[in-house]
Amino acid sequence: MNEHTVLALGSIVTAGFTMAIGALGAALGESRIGAAGMDALARQPDEAAAITRNQLVALAMVESTAIFCLVIALVLLFANPYVSGS
Amino acid sequence: MTGASGIFADRVLVWLGPLPITVTMASSVATSALLLGLAAAGARAVLRHPTSRLAAASRLTFGFLRGLVTEAVGHPSPRLEVFAGTLFLFIAGAAVIGQLPGVPAPTGNLGATSALAALVFLAVPVAGVHARGPLGYLRHYFRPNPLLFPLHLVSELSRTLALALRLFGNMMSGHLMVALLVALVGVLVPVPLMALDLFIGLLQAYIFTILASVYVGAAIRVGEGD
Repeated sequence: MNEHTVLALGSIVTAGFTMAIGALGAALGESRIGAAGMDALARQPDEAAAITRNQLVALAMVESTAIFCLVIALVLLFANPYVSGS
Repeated sequence: MTGASGIFADRVLVWLGPLPITVTMASSVATSALLLGLAAAGARAVLRHPTSRLAAASRLTFGFLRGLVTEAVGHPSPRLEVFAGTLFLFIAGAAVIGQLPGVPAPTGNLGATSALAALVFLAVPVAGVHARGPLGYLRHYFRPNPLLFPLHLVSELSRTLALALRLFGNMMSGHLMVALLVALVGVLVPVPLMALDLFIGLLQAYIFTILASVYVGAAIRVGEGD
């Protein structure tokens, strides 16, 4: 195991953990938004358009944390500045 | 970046002297040209044939954008409508163009999304100074307490970064996912994912526009509440 192997191993494992933990948080947040949106829809079916719109915006904003994690993971895998020749 | 394997890679099509023309530049210009042509045709249709389908589509699009901005800002603001509408149409057009085979969406490049986010970053003080005057705008950095000044600065920078990264990550990840599936399983399997990619692209255009309107709208309304 030379230095390059250790760096590559660390990057791959870290990328996996980054994606796993990042997706976990976003999934929990999105499930809460979905549940709250369904609840609001059941209470006020007339406001369906506004509720759905705001729900989608909130979903996308929460989702962006997972996307940040994805970008970090992809940088670790494909554009890692510390592993030469990646 | 080394080579074309990175996610930030941008293939160079031709060199104009020292200036490289990359795929992203070409597709952005193509998107803009397409949108300009559509807008010109729509404007002509509204003036000459008010009952045609193109005129109806143009009116619907404009009404949608006006409603979006009015809802985000709280009152009609025609200049912001032009700015936000341009952002929305460009990002949505980029998502649609990205569905063409062999053409990556221009917004799947970090440089392009950073440019869009920088536009929003610059539009905030411009709109604020225009609406409230330099002192009136600068005062909001010290509200409600001068201690919050650094936090205001950090929030302006971080939200710009988040705007750029959110759009880039969403568009790039969709493209990457489709490419991965094509490489792994075959031709027809990625079609639902491509539909999802298109939907996410349009949704991101909507979100980018809403957030830009909210940021600029907040700068316009500085000091109205207190």
